Amino acid sequence: MIHSVQRRWYPLSFAVAALVLLPLSVLLLSWHEIDTTIWAHLWETQLPRLLGNTLVLVLGVAAGVLLLGVSLAWLTSLCEFPGRRWLDWALMLPFAIPAYVLAFVFIGLLDFAGPVQTAAREWFGSGVRFPRVRSTGGVVLVLVLVFYPYVYLLARSAFIAQGRGLMEAARVLGRTPWQAFWHVALPMAWPAIGAGLALAMMETLADFGAVAVFNFDTFTTAIYKTWYGFFSLTSATQLASLLLLAVMLVLYGERRARGVPRASAERKRAAPLYRLHGWRAFAASAWCGLVLLCAFVIPLIQLLVWIWQRGRFDLDSRYVGLIVHSLSLGALAALITVSVALLMAFARRQAPVRPVKAAVGLANLGYALPGSVLAVSIMLAFSFIDRHLLGPAAEWLAIDPKPVLLGSLGALLLAYLVRFMAVAFGPLESSLARIRPSLPQASRSLGVGGPALFMRIYLPLLVPGTLSAALLVFVDVLKEMPATLLMRPFGWDTLAVRVFEMTSEGAWARAALPAITLVLVGLLPVILLIRRSARL
Amino acid sequence: MQAYKGILTALALAAASGIASAADEVVVYSSRIEDLIKPVFDAYTEETGVKVSYITDKEAPLMARIKAEGENTPADLLLTVDAGNLWQAEQMGILQPLDSEIVKQNIPPQYRSSTGAWTGLSLRARTIVYSTERVDPKELSTYEALADEQWEGRLCLRTSKKVYNQSLTATLIEAHGAEKTEEILKGWVNNLATDAFADDTALIQAIDAGLCDVGIVNTYYYGRLHKENPDLQAKLFWPNQQDRGVHVNLSGIGLTKHAPHPEAARKLVEWLTGEKAQGMFAAINQEYPANPDVAPSEEVSAWGEFKADTVPVEIAGKRQAEAIMLMDRAGWR
Repeated sequence: MIHSVQRRWYPLSFAVAALVLLPLSVLLLSWHEIDTTIWAHLWETQLPRLLGNTLVLVLGVAAGVLLLGVSLAWLTSLCEFPGRRWLDWALMLPFAIPAYVLAFVFIGLLDFAGPVQTAAREWFGSGVRFPRVRSTGGVVLVLVLVFYPYVYLLARSAFIAQGRGLMEAARVLGRTPWQAFWHVALPMAWPAIGAGLALAMMETLADFGAVAVFNFDTFTTAIYKTWYGFFSLTSATQLASLLLLAVMLVLYGERRARGVPRASAERKRAAPLYRLHGWRAFAASAWCGLVLLCAFVIPLIQLLVWIWQRGRFDLDSRYVGLIVHSLSLGALAALITVSVALLMAFARRQAPVRPVKAAVGLANLGYALPGSVLAVSIMLAFSFIDRHLLGPAAEWLAIDPKPVLLGSLGALLLAYLVRFMAVAFGPLESSLARIRPSLPQASRSLGVGGPALFMRIYLPLLVPGTLSAALLVFVDVLKEMPATLLMRPFGWDTLAVRVFEMTSEGAWARAALPAITLVLVGLLPVILLIRRSARL
Repeated sequence: MQAYKGILTALALAAASGIASAADEVVVYSSRIEDLIKPVFDAYTEETGVKVSYITDKEAPLMARIKAEGENTPADLLLTVDAGNLWQAEQMGILQPLDSEIVKQNIPPQYRSSTGAWTGLSLRARTIVYSTERVDPKELSTYEALADEQWEGRLCLRTSKKVYNQSLTATLIEAHGAEKTEEILKGWVNNLATDAFADDTALIQAIDAGLCDVGIVNTYYYGRLHKENPDLQAKLFWPNQQDRGVHVNLSGIGLTKHAPHPEAARKLVEWLTGEKAQGMFAAINQEYPANPDVAPSEEVSAWGEFKADTVPVEIAGKRQAEAIMLMDRAGWR
């Protein structure tokens, strides 16, 4: 009897999974032939170093985003110190900066020929030595600074949702504040933190833009090299499917570590638990301020300087179109992706049976693939549908058999859906998990079910999670490059496309104008969201 | 439910935004960026009334897209940087012969495909750049000589992942064979002052700032920096003038196999190789016109004349994979 209710979720979850599976199956099909020359070469000269690099990068970024994300979320959500009110939302701002932009700002500013080292040489003589900027440490730092907001955003809303009651109970039972944090608050918030961490790690694995600026070789750069250099798309997709395997392990580990999500109702934001005084208050302000400075303020200033020097003549009426395109793609993609992710999250909650769980898991895999590889797989899959399904259908209907999907806006939006499903799913699932099953049960027993139940119980409780999800997708779509480049309809140039055009010619300074416009456009929803969730 | 509405909207949009293709239109897939092609295409439209639509991306995804679209492709022309990419496109079977006497007259054979599938439009010299403060140009001679001990800790290179370096290496292999080339590359890597750069601009700036003394770059990157900063402490040097000449690559264009407007596309290519377009196309990015009857811009001419390598640029494509493997073995990152 439970089964028939659960089965209702099958068609939907399977359909979405199939959509993601389509491009993934392109990856798997690539294994039908193996170019042994390329593989032997990769194995002998590349792979050991690349795997080492990638491992160090992912672990370094994971440690960094945990440290930054959790500590900042804890401070701004449960403590009171000077500047907390605005740092609370300002610390989300770095999320609007694409990784590749922070990377080229970081290098432009700090490398040997940059203003910092040049000034230092002028003041202290040419003997002054700096640590290597284009190094493993440099890449890790840059990626931590752009990806920590994933953990921050999710951990913060989890801490706020926990409220102070639990912590007070722990304190009453004789725990020190630190013990209470480690043994109560952190484990309770772990599902949310883990979801943020998984996103950051997947982004790191798939990142190409930032590591390319550093010329830091990772598994992903090898995929690109195999495709762009050896022109072996087959070997490149084979490598990509191995990357996918690694991601599945990460996700599986995260699921295992997350354990059973515990229910706790959303509640009004309580008064701060700890009022910090003296050096503690200073340290808290300084720590938050330092992160904001490095991840946002300094990069923004450097971009402005570049615009003043080179880019200000580039500003013309085209930017209106670029901004409108970026905004509409972001908004449409956010709407579609969040809606579908919400349905998937419900499916998993209402029908926690193996087929649905597997379908939901599959649907979340798109995020971890390097953007270009996913984009080309989606393109191949769509062109297959165009040619073998829609084409014959059109012929049968005696319509001109033109490609319907490829080169259309719809295809691009579907590609975004495949790519950013996981981004929307994480926050939605963790906020759904906080709704006690007793609540809808009670409501049903009072005769409210179906759509009314959704509108009156779930939706109001899901508002914060939905907003986080929509924001994450929106900003990610703004920053997204490879799929937009490959699948945009004619004339649909976006700000990210413009950044690509400038950076591909090494004209970093001229990329500053579209980059900063991108950041500013992305900022509005960030501020909006965070202010709204701060009032909860 | 709301979500279903969203999906339906998306599908409706998808159906509504199918691409229309008019008769007087040419569609170009370009890996040369918009700023470098738009003025030229605009001039063509003004002169002939034929509209030129384009999208830009990197060449590998564009080529994959043309291949996937097959007979349905809206693309008439593929415009790329580096001949290696055009050669690959030809190997993938997504191009067809241009068959134009005008193109044959305008562009020398070493800058065209031997099968006529594509032609070069502008030339890009990859040459040596040196510090005017720490290097006497008399010390410089050839690319190969940069492997000498004299340059230990003084050389800067761009990443081996960039196709420009792969093409340069391919011509080295063509000239010396694999073994000797590996030796040269190992010498270069040994002489590096710092890790390979991600772009040529950063490399020239590093020479200007004093991190290294010599490097290998495409001339237009130098031109761009020199324009912004006339006091740049770096100059260009033309190597290998006693033997095969400076390594030259090109930005070129090919006709796609299933081009919907082949005639219009051919006319555009012919116009692009003609005098008016050649001057403009090259000058926008301070490159050299592929048509020898057209002189380079004043700025570019000021760098002096040089003897260019006459090896067919196709070599860059033929030996690209070999070159990459060799660069990997030599430890050039």
